Amino acid sequence: MSGPAASARGGTTLATMDQGARTRTARTGRTARTARTTARVTTAPLMVTAPLAGAWTHDVATSDAALRRFLHGLPGVDQVGAEARAAALATRSIKRESKMWALDAAISMIDLTTLEGADTPGKVAAMCAKARHPDPTDPSVPPVAAVCVYPDLVGVAAAQLAGSGVAVASVATAFPSGRASIGVKLADVRDALEAGAQEIDMVIDRGAFLGGRYGQVYEEVRAVREAAGPALLKVILETGELATYDNVQRAAWLAMLAGADFVKTSTGKVTPASTRPVALVLLTAVRDFMQAGGPRVGVKMAGGIRTAKEAISYLVIANETAGAEWLTPSALRLGASTLLNDLLMQRTKQRTGVYSGRDYFTID
Amino acid sequence: MPRVAPHVEAATVDSVAAFDYAPAPESRDIVRLDAEYGLFVGGEFHPAVSGRTFVTINPATEEPLASVAEAGVEDVDRAVAAARAAYEDGWGRLRGRERAKYLFRIARVIQERARELAVLESLDNGKPIRESRDVDIPLAAAHFFYYAGWADKLEHAGFGPQPRALGVAGQVIPWNFPLLMAAWKLAPALATGNTCVLKPAETTPLSALFLAQICQEVGLPPGTVNILTGAGATGAALVAHPGVDKVAFTGSTEVGKEIRRAVAGTHKRLTLELGGKAANVIFEDAPIDQAVEGIVNGIFFNQGHVCCAGSRLLVQESVADLVLDRLRERLATLRLGDPLDKNTDIGAINSAEQLAKIRGLADAGSEEGAERWSPPCTLPDRGFWFPPTVFTGVSQSHRIAREEIFGPVLSVLTFRTPAEAVAKANNTPYGLSAGVWTEKGSLILWMAQQLEAGVVWANTYNRFDPASPFGGYQESGFGREGGRHGLEGYLDG
Repeated sequence: MSGPAASARGGTTLATMDQGARTRTARTGRTARTARTTARVTTAPLMVTAPLAGAWTHDVATSDAALRRFLHGLPGVDQVGAEARAAALATRSIKRESKMWALDAAISMIDLTTLEGADTPGKVAAMCAKARHPDPTDPSVPPVAAVCVYPDLVGVAAAQLAGSGVAVASVATAFPSGRASIGVKLADVRDALEAGAQEIDMVIDRGAFLGGRYGQVYEEVRAVREAAGPALLKVILETGELATYDNVQRAAWLAMLAGADFVKTSTGKVTPASTRPVALVLLTAVRDFMQAGGPRVGVKMAGGIRTAKEAISYLVIANETAGAEWLTPSALRLGASTLLNDLLMQRTKQRTGVYSGRDYFTID
Repeated sequence: MPRVAPHVEAATVDSVAAFDYAPAPESRDIVRLDAEYGLFVGGEFHPAVSGRTFVTINPATEEPLASVAEAGVEDVDRAVAAARAAYEDGWGRLRGRERAKYLFRIARVIQERARELAVLESLDNGKPIRESRDVDIPLAAAHFFYYAGWADKLEHAGFGPQPRALGVAGQVIPWNFPLLMAAWKLAPALATGNTCVLKPAETTPLSALFLAQICQEVGLPPGTVNILTGAGATGAALVAHPGVDKVAFTGSTEVGKEIRRAVAGTHKRLTLELGGKAANVIFEDAPIDQAVEGIVNGIFFNQGHVCCAGSRLLVQESVADLVLDRLRERLATLRLGDPLDKNTDIGAINSAEQLAKIRGLADAGSEEGAERWSPPCTLPDRGFWFPPTVFTGVSQSHRIAREEIFGPVLSVLTFRTPAEAVAKANNTPYGLSAGVWTEKGSLILWMAQQLEAGVVWANTYNRFDPASPFGGYQESGFGREGGRHGLEGYLDG
């Protein structure tokens, strides 16, 4: 942002998180800052010796005790402070061209989701049509990132979305509770992949996590990671059941250490689902993980996000916590269904200056 | 390698720069400013007897906002006489529950006119609208609500069975929280049955004058509240006036000492809320990200124009690098600029005089060998601005570690043990506030016992509530404002 332009507009970001230094080089997957940042994470002694993500993550996960030492050595999260910060960021006022950009970005980050017992091939097919062309009257609307369904409907979605660029995501591992043996969970994953899923949304075993069996959670994520192969792996923490922000932070690190591509807030079946403070904690964790030498891990907020205003507030939190490089569908997703129509409605309002009625947007 | 559908990257990645937030200015049309404002004496606005005026400007643009009467000795006489008359024949005779009704009404009108008052405060003071809207104005209303509740319960406050008002209170307030400081002064004084002559700071007189209009609007008996605008001489005349029974002052330690000399040997009661050089202490087991927020909130809130600002950061050596790295990253996201923009975090310095003082002390910091750092930052061409600034490598002997800067300048010192933290934190002639950051509860309690400061915040900073008393030790003054304790300075038990 140039000086004169900035002052003419009255307000300016002082600098965007010295982006250059933090941009990951594509080949190594490491940050330019790695050497310095790894050395300074003194609260996590296991991380000091090994600069490469692969090496130190392995050390940390040698036993339940080692994992516990590491996860409980992370700096704590103060509940009052985290909630106050999230609330303060929610007061950012996003207008005009920034709002237009944010609305399109939010649309392109949506995992359009249906996860009901009543789902049918017809319902999924209709949703896939919406995913490809969210607003049939306006070809400038970008498609969503992915469609998210149960494994048995992956085949239907894959057929509908072939060649569209919209990915097929499937929940797996005994979603939503995760209460099944590892064999059943892995079979669930393979089933989804064979039917054509490109992205796997797994759930962690919250019972094991709350019972302190971190090694078990880690091993399950590792096993799914291997089974998923090249598919994008999103690890659902179900933060509503983890209850504290310290737990959310620990679960996020556990998932990242085990090879998650995304950490995801919720199944959508538990209240509270995604909240702004939880998003703040996750986005802080993925930033820290990358600064400590790990890859850029994405964050998916799922459940309860219904309005464009809420969606934009999540983009603001990502922008000012993890950094602008997270503002892409490869690092930020919004798991939602009704949100899409509100984004379209706001988009039309921005473009035409008037609100249209609900009936001008399709219900699929 | 990224595992993602290719279209999504291509669609957005180039556009990331677009999310630098378009301007989102709060409309200033909601505030209707007159060209001239008189003194509020006896329930009416009058010009100064001398006819003298001064101009108040918008510090963000240097544009004149309004011309304001400058009160002289005769005006002080009139205002004190009006307050005396109201005390003896009006307000002073009302029962507590009647006084409460007026205070409740004032609080409600402040809430109803909150947006207008917030814009006005940002115009006259230079503070970001986010702060005037979310902190100053709601807290001002909250103070009136809180003390309205006390007005008919004074005999249960613990200051004697039938505590009586003192009479006429002369109150002098600073420019950093103009309306909020007026509320801190007026609400307890009125709740306890005193009448008031209030002098706002010369650079920020407007919100007090709007409060005068609110007093008219709610039908407050004439003379109960009088507002005299002016500079130091006006304040000195008010403080020295023999008809004043109580002096309450918030401002610099230097002026506080003069006031104390002026009231020595008189019957006047005095409370002083003066400067500070607060330590914000970060232990190695602190919640680091929230502590960084607390540092930012401690020193960059209101451009550091806060007497209780956490201007000395004491950080345990084992986490100093981590905390400072995170702090620098965080400061790079602060948005400096138009105070009326809803996304602005750092507004304008209140006056050219204050800016010169901040510059002088910051330069002294560089000369004494501390390392100075500010995020890359474009300052607007007009108005008074100073970038957020952090000094590292500061030792206790540096001026920037001892003197109150009253600006967005943080001095960073390190410590090794809790005892050393306490020794350094207390090693100041001030003692208004302090912050402690640790997840260990017992350490918080121990630190709170050891720190010689009127307010100790644990895992938070600059948090205010009308129910909580506020005030200092040593050169930070004496007396408490807020809470039940805040009644004591206005009561004769």
